[in-house]
Amino acid sequence: MTAAPEQIDVLDEAREQVLERGVGLTEAQVLKVLELPEDRIPELLALAHEVRERWCGPEVEVEGIVSLKTGGCPEDCHFCSQSGQFPSPVRSAWLDIPGLVRAARQTRDTGATEFCIVAAVRGPDKRLLSQVRDGIKAIRADGNDIQIACSLGMLTQEQVDELVAMGVHRYNHNLETARSHFPEVVTTHSWEERWDTLRMIRDAGMEVCCGGIIGMGETLAQRAEFAVQLAELEPDEVPLNFLIPNPGTPYENYPVVEGAEALRTVGAFRLALPRTILRFAGGRELTFGDLGAKQGMLGGINAIIVGNYLTNLGRPAQQDLDMLEELSMPIKALSQTL
Amino acid sequence: MTTAVYCAFCGKEEADGDHAFCRQRLSMIDPPRYCPECARRMVVQVTPDGWTARCSRHGETASAR
Repeated sequence: MTAAPEQIDVLDEAREQVLERGVGLTEAQVLKVLELPEDRIPELLALAHEVRERWCGPEVEVEGIVSLKTGGCPEDCHFCSQSGQFPSPVRSAWLDIPGLVRAARQTRDTGATEFCIVAAVRGPDKRLLSQVRDGIKAIRADGNDIQIACSLGMLTQEQVDELVAMGVHRYNHNLETARSHFPEVVTTHSWEERWDTLRMIRDAGMEVCCGGIIGMGETLAQRAEFAVQLAELEPDEVPLNFLIPNPGTPYENYPVVEGAEALRTVGAFRLALPRTILRFAGGRELTFGDLGAKQGMLGGINAIIVGNYLTNLGRPAQQDLDMLEELSMPIKALSQTL
Repeated sequence: MTTAVYCAFCGKEEADGDHAFCRQRLSMIDPPRYCPECARRMVVQVTPDGWTARCSRHGETASAR
């Protein structure tokens, strides 16, 4: 008779592997973390926070975002109220250049170092790129030196090169979910097409911002798969969104991700991505409330979007800035990003 | 001052059914999407610190900054 092999606790493994050596968890390990009982969540979050402090430092990166072109998107991303394929109440709108300059100024005034210009499109056409170019020039002419990121869908190599020439330093393009779950979420383009754009961005020297949305019907195993696929990409930033079931979308009746499950996800993603900027993004207001947001900041998150999102509203920026002060978390300064 | 006849979240008549969920969403994460006077879908622009909503019949409203 042989003795049963000793069960190694996944958080003990993570302490040695991730905290001490900076090596992210494997898919099987991430799944174990996602399956931890609720009474072990505080322990998970404490470890994730230690990992974040060890490998990323104490600073929090603050960002604001704005929608330059809202609604009317030809793609069918099932979570998105801006798709033209669903009966969403969101109507098409374009933000003009003075509006864009004001939004960048509002963002800078919060102390943010990042401003992301977003458009609901499959990919940018000449008109949109021209608007982005003019917008960036106008933001600079306003004396605003905030770092500018863009999120304009799938790109060609020529468009990547144009954005580099405009001085865009980071590009957001979310993989949204695990490769195995993506066809359930989007049918008008593939996960691989998104991946190709991300490789071009990386190869062109732009920072890669790539995350997704939790709570779109994926299994825990697919959530673990997604974390590891993101780690394989080695993005500079991962924005973590929680599904907002928006009216008119196919996911309008999906449940909001429950707080404990969301915190487990935050901790697990930090342990899979020890050196990456992990950003609280959309949906945290519904999923966490005020208390949960603090727990997340003390559980591996080191960046936030302040103020409103693209079509949904966030907490007032000052509320988040006050929270960071209360947690004694310094905001990353622009000088540290240049 | 105008009276809200229609729910700004779902566009149905305020007097028709329970709008507690709609009110909760509007107080937390949603700008108005339907004109409260005529229920037309509005053109809404969200910005980092506010929103504007324009009805083709009743004009523009904005968030309190």
